Amino acid sequence: MKLLFEKRKASSVPALILVPFVSFLVSLVLTALLLEIFGANPFKTFAAMAVGAFGSSHGFAETLVKAIPLMMTGLGVAIAFRLRFWNIGAEGQLTMGGVAAAGVALFMERFLPGRSLLVGALLGGLLAGALWAGVPALLKTSLKVDETLVTLMMNYIAILYSEFLYYGPWRDPKGYGFPGSRMFSADAWLPRIMGRAHIGIWIAVALAIILWIVLKRTRWGFELQVIGASQRAARYQGIAVERNIVLAVMLSGALCGLAGAFEVTGISHRLQQGLSIGYGYTAIIVAWMSQLNPLAVPFVAIALAALAVGGDQVQMVMGLPAAMGVVMQGLILFPMLAGSLFTEYRLSVVRPESKASCPDPVEE
Amino acid sequence: MNDTVVPKVEMRNISKSFPGVVANDCVDLKLRKGEVLALLGENGAGKSTLMNVLCGLYRPDRGEIYIDGKYAEIHSPRDAQKYGIGMVHQNFKLVDSMNVLENTILGLRDEPFVPDLKRVRSRLVDLASQYHLDVDPSASIWQLSVGEQQRVEILKLLYRNAEILILDEPTAVLTPQESHELNRVVHVMKQEGKSAIFITHKMEEVMEFSDHVMVLRKGRVVDETSTAETTPKELARMMVGREVLFQIEKKPMAPGKVALELSHIEALGDRGLPALKDISFRLHAGEILGIAGVAGNGQRELAEVVTGLRRSSKGKLQIDGKDMTNKSPLEIIRRGVAHIPQDRVSVGAAGDLSVASNLAMKQYRSRPLAAGIFLLQNKILDFARTLIEKFRISTPSPKTQVKFLSGGNIQKTILAREIGAARTLMIAVYPSRGLDVGATETVRRQLVSQRDAGLGVLFFSEDLDELLQISDRVAVLFEGKMMGVFDTNTVNIDHIGMLMAGMDREAGA
Repeated sequence: MKLLFEKRKASSVPALILVPFVSFLVSLVLTALLLEIFGANPFKTFAAMAVGAFGSSHGFAETLVKAIPLMMTGLGVAIAFRLRFWNIGAEGQLTMGGVAAAGVALFMERFLPGRSLLVGALLGGLLAGALWAGVPALLKTSLKVDETLVTLMMNYIAILYSEFLYYGPWRDPKGYGFPGSRMFSADAWLPRIMGRAHIGIWIAVALAIILWIVLKRTRWGFELQVIGASQRAARYQGIAVERNIVLAVMLSGALCGLAGAFEVTGISHRLQQGLSIGYGYTAIIVAWMSQLNPLAVPFVAIALAALAVGGDQVQMVMGLPAAMGVVMQGLILFPMLAGSLFTEYRLSVVRPESKASCPDPVEE
Repeated sequence: MNDTVVPKVEMRNISKSFPGVVANDCVDLKLRKGEVLALLGENGAGKSTLMNVLCGLYRPDRGEIYIDGKYAEIHSPRDAQKYGIGMVHQNFKLVDSMNVLENTILGLRDEPFVPDLKRVRSRLVDLASQYHLDVDPSASIWQLSVGEQQRVEILKLLYRNAEILILDEPTAVLTPQESHELNRVVHVMKQEGKSAIFITHKMEEVMEFSDHVMVLRKGRVVDETSTAETTPKELARMMVGREVLFQIEKKPMAPGKVALELSHIEALGDRGLPALKDISFRLHAGEILGIAGVAGNGQRELAEVVTGLRRSSKGKLQIDGKDMTNKSPLEIIRRGVAHIPQDRVSVGAAGDLSVASNLAMKQYRSRPLAAGIFLLQNKILDFARTLIEKFRISTPSPKTQVKFLSGGNIQKTILAREIGAARTLMIAVYPSRGLDVGATETVRRQLVSQRDAGLGVLFFSEDLDELLQISDRVAVLFEGKMMGVFDTNTVNIDHIGMLMAGMDREAGA
């Protein structure tokens, strides 16, 4: 008898449900062991995490606050990854989106009366993200410049540019020297629904559904699917490969840019430090854990946000070291990622057939 | 035959299965000293698996191997080499940038740290003259033709004192003349007391090369017989399991207007070197123009220029009377041009997508598969089911990923899709390469029926028999040049062979 690791020929529904569940159990056991070592009661700690993330309206709202940008950037990254365009520039696209939205909110009040200021700010963010992603896409399709490096390096440009703005020309003169722009007029504020959580959550969920329809049910989505599977096959079928890659990557950047616009118009109401705190990188995890499926992105984003919020809670309630929350997030992520292998592969037991199945050699 | 002599190689009860497939099921094989055994079978019959077991690449699930009557433990290619077994694979295992000498000693353990190249060279030259394997020992591999590279592979094995040579479809890449030379080499090896097994699915080769033939079907031995006592027809029946019609019925040609016209077309290859040189020809509707030539002489580039995938640097391309020079692939598809590309797995099909998606790839843009911007998934599935049935594509479901299908079924998928989109031209590049007899029959039949339906068919093939059988006219491509166009009914096959090898008409005559 031997074990064989083989690729599944068709995706199995029980595996899709069971695998994350079992992986999560493994995560809990590993985390429990670590907590034991540190002398904390694992059950109390888990309870504290759950309560922290979901147990109160404040906790839940904070979970949503983190989940919204993760959803938006996760969706953006997933689209680009489906085309095998390795956009790791979600962070920069988010930052530029935030910068552009702040620019509109701060300086366009005269031209955009009332609530149109908010719409303008959101559109500005969307456009800025699209353009910021369009640069590496064009470099890739026209000059074959590697997109991983360009998107990554453009993150630093975006982040430093935003710092330049709120430390320099856009700094609030009445801000007592704190780095940050002045507060936007209330017309540019995104309506909130609970605590700091804003209506961006509904937009993000709606976008996830729309994107799923676009990718799975439209001609354009089909073209992207073919490009993702084989660029040579796509070209041979008359699909405009380069143009579609640029368009899809700009859409990816637009979603990340909108995430940045949500952050400034929904949470901080000004451009300030803390706009880019790594959502764009966590987005890569969100995209992979969702297996690049837009419909899975909201769930994964909420789960990761809950881990972060719950992890913070553990520090405060259980008095564990600050790093513990992050370590626990890692411990939970690893089994989930490792487990995702089993949705594509399976272990099967091969029993050698009995030796008697060959006919006896005929002696001549 | 003389059964009292201990066979050189005996494989007993070899079984090997892969997930879901029994590749070899209780296979017995005997090879006598100084004998050539042909291993005949369709794709997936288990020929290559059996030989990979013999040369140590696969471990059998069960069964034993005896060499000279003694039990042999073969766990790796190195073990196999110890027993004098060597294999020439279909894709040669040579390092392009190294020369023949270096490739010969590559991987040999008993060579000293600083190899004595003089000694290697003199031994290689001796072997080469002994076996009529003419190659320059200091030439780099990339400078050699495919036929010469094959000779290097054989020399490599002889240098390692191989007694048993396994050749995997050795003639697939050769011109007819080169095949004859290979036959001579095999003959000398036999006289030297060496034995050979060669894998094939061509009947002519079995008759020409072998003393014995063993037919495999679905992993089992169907029959083993002396070549002299059988006929190609009987072998084909055993291989396929039913009667095979070698002759395809063809109505007389009814040529219509000019479907494709190339005037002085030139184009560069992938490396920026000229790949097509001053190509001019006309293809009529209702005609099959066969393009003969050894692979790599501009066939792919020619097909790509016609389908808009490659730019021509000079000349004019007309399809159905319209100037289509350097138009986009989509514009050319819209003129009703279908293309069965050389590379099936990554160009012709998208392996990760479903059979249904692959079948819909050419017609998803309009009704009935799409309505406005939306795709109609149910219509696509119905469409796929119809084609799967019509072309007898064997797949578990329309939603199965294409990469899980066999080569023949992937080709049928491409064929089904392209025929559906073909209105003026069908460009078929090596459409039956590597397919088994059944699938080859389907492909050939479909090409002829496209011609009868009034399409112009441009048909590339390396198999001259097939080419002459299907085509109405044949052109030869050599180093990007058209060496002449001939009527199939009057052409001499040897002449075509000469032109394929670049020999000039006058010089060759």
